[in-house]
Amino acid sequence: MSEVVKKFMYLNRKAPYGTIYAWESLEVVLIGAAFDQEVSLMFVDDGVYQLVKGQDTAGIGMKNFSPTYRTLGDYEVRYIYVDADSLAARGLTQDDLVAIAYEDMDTEEEIENIVEVVDAARVVELMDEADVVFSF
Amino acid sequence: MSILHTVNKSPFERNSLESCLKFASAGSAVLLIEDGVYAALAGSSAESLVKSGLDKVSVYVLGPDLKARGFREDRLIDGIQVVDYAGFVDLATEHDKLQAWL
Repeated sequence: MSEVVKKFMYLNRKAPYGTIYAWESLEVVLIGAAFDQEVSLMFVDDGVYQLVKGQDTAGIGMKNFSPTYRTLGDYEVRYIYVDADSLAARGLTQDDLVAIAYEDMDTEEEIENIVEVVDAARVVELMDEADVVFSF
Repeated sequence: MSILHTVNKSPFERNSLESCLKFASAGSAVLLIEDGVYAALAGSSAESLVKSGLDKVSVYVLGPDLKARGFREDRLIDGIQVVDYAGFVDLATEHDKLQAWL
């Protein structure tokens, strides 16, 4: 991989399906994968619902884009963070969320699940560290 | 006059459900649809709001919207009834009018 130029963070705060934000964010992440940057996704507020596993949209006639989250590791997304408070407020735990695997192309190191639940203080740090934050 | 109220917004993002429950008359029905279904899940910070609503009104949730978002019926707050699209139509016809809380 070439030298990291910037740290991109995608900030996701909307539930899937009710609005187009979640899908649009995913599209931009996938397009952005073409640029060799360090990419992280941050899920807070209703955004945590995007990662809930077992979504089945057959009954509502909409595209189920949730399986795409599990492939993000293949698009050079290395870090996926979930705000612990947002999960707790919704009665959810990490067990409710999909697991997303990542394999480092250079070292062949495999990580089973890069989805990491973090506290608010860590969210603050991560946002400060990011060079660019894309909001959805 | 009996009213069927629909709520399609997440209780964590808008106060649609809160206002709906505040102004719905006793004995009316509230149907949670689209992102409104998140209010029906047990264990969330919106649970007490919904439970207080259940003392006054009947609360329904649209099954296909719940399933789309990855949740099964066993995650619901006790007392909430699941309906499908045909059930939605039945509710609409059983009540005098429909009022949407956007």
